[in-house]
Amino acid sequence: MNRLSALINNIRDLMQGDLTADSVVPPSGYTANLTTFTAGAMAFLAVFALALSLATGRLADRWSDELARTTTIRISAPEGQMQAQLDAVINVLNTTSGIESSSVMSDEAQRRLLEPWFGPDLPIETLPIPRLVEVIEKDSGPDMEGLRLRLSAEAPGAVLDDHTRWRRPLVNAAQRLRTLGTFSILLIMGATAAMITLAAQSALAANGQVISVLRLVGARDVYIARAFVRRFTVRALLGAAVGTGLGMVAMVFLPSAAEEGAFLTGLGFQGWHWLIPALIPPLAAIVAFWATRGAALRALARIS
Amino acid sequence: MLHLQEAGFSYGGREILSGVNLDVAPGSFYFLTGPSGAGKTTFLRLCYQALMPTKGVVRILDRDVRGLHREDIAQIRRRIGVVHQDCQFVDHMNMEDNIRMPLQVSGRNTELDDRSFQDLISWVGLSAHMSALPPELSSGERQRAALARAVVMSPDLILADEPTGNLDWEMAQKILTLLIELNKMGKTVIVATHDLQLIRMAKSKVSTRVLRLANNKVQLAGVDL
Repeated sequence: MNRLSALINNIRDLMQGDLTADSVVPPSGYTANLTTFTAGAMAFLAVFALALSLATGRLADRWSDELARTTTIRISAPEGQMQAQLDAVINVLNTTSGIESSSVMSDEAQRRLLEPWFGPDLPIETLPIPRLVEVIEKDSGPDMEGLRLRLSAEAPGAVLDDHTRWRRPLVNAAQRLRTLGTFSILLIMGATAAMITLAAQSALAANGQVISVLRLVGARDVYIARAFVRRFTVRALLGAAVGTGLGMVAMVFLPSAAEEGAFLTGLGFQGWHWLIPALIPPLAAIVAFWATRGAALRALARIS
Repeated sequence: MLHLQEAGFSYGGREILSGVNLDVAPGSFYFLTGPSGAGKTTFLRLCYQALMPTKGVVRILDRDVRGLHREDIAQIRRRIGVVHQDCQFVDHMNMEDNIRMPLQVSGRNTELDDRSFQDLISWVGLSAHMSALPPELSSGERQRAALARAVVMSPDLILADEPTGNLDWEMAQKILTLLIELNKMGKTVIVATHDLQLIRMAKSKVSTRVLRLANNKVQLAGVDL
């Protein structure tokens, strides 16, 4: 409880500031500008890492949901038996519980599917192409093993593909991308802290004379540290705000992906996710606060 | 006020002070003299805890310096005014802010009204220089400003390390006069100097004791000065 109130007091002091305490640190310096730039650049990158993390998360969920609820039946049969086996498959599906709907892929749809590989003039009617049946499952889903057995009995040319074979690696890949995005954000925060620590240490070393005078006249370490902490925190906040803003603008102007670019669809922010980057500047300020405070108190402890 | 008992300080295996015994009573005026490198500055730094004794006991303002926390040291320094030969100012702040700094860091800036501050500034003869930056002042003016900063908190103890080292004789006399006036106000003053002429002048105006640092020891000097 005491630590919490001490933290609240620290934050209040930081927000209120102390003009004289602040003014003991020279008003300009390359380290302060370096901090602004670093925070801005890191915030810009964090926006993209966040977008990647959120988008891959959505992608993983979408693939997982959509593919989990669809099944494809592929029918390969001699020309004379194709329609009979197709009817048998439809009959089996209609009498199986857990199936919401099923539809036979039309010649036109199959032509569109094959068009990228064989061109628009493919004589699909004359080719021995398997017929495809798309099955939409109910939430409860059918008994896959039972369905597979019934299909093999009623329509020997039918093969049930529930997408598990290629769905799992896709979902895994998307989840790993999400983890990578989250890890990148943590890495960016760590790198920001490291760079601000170095900048703060440089500022403290450059202001050795000021610190010496302050110690001589009875200034406590916290008083001296506060002047540096406030300066670096404010700089980091401003830099991160600008970097986040630029990152958001860049996200807005990302080329929009059409249906054909299915993988790219959804990269970026959607809905309330646009609000999440607003957390980046305060987060950068918190990182700067603790990094500078730690660096300052460690440096001051070495000064008599 | 200040009590040292068998106090010593070593650095890098070299003994700089050893077996120092001294009791400084409140309101007294001490000179500390000795050749360059004898340890005068080390002695003063022990007195304001910029250094910690490696041997013996040092008590300042009734506090044993051993085991003092950094925050306690900061508190004690607010009751000690220190004047260095090189003054040490924050060069980008004007003289008024520099002189007020001890009040500011202790949160007592409002306790000294403008009138009292102006009295202090005119006492050291710097009324016309308050908006100047430290590098714009002469050595004598900087030394007087350092003295004003040292006394702005009305400290109990004033330590001056070669305060007239860079000054001509006329300015040195002015600084000494200010220190004597402070002593007459009841402040305890310790001045480290190798300027025997300055000591003789002070002895003619105020009751002083002279300590001589030699062979790492502090001895009370005789009347031969």
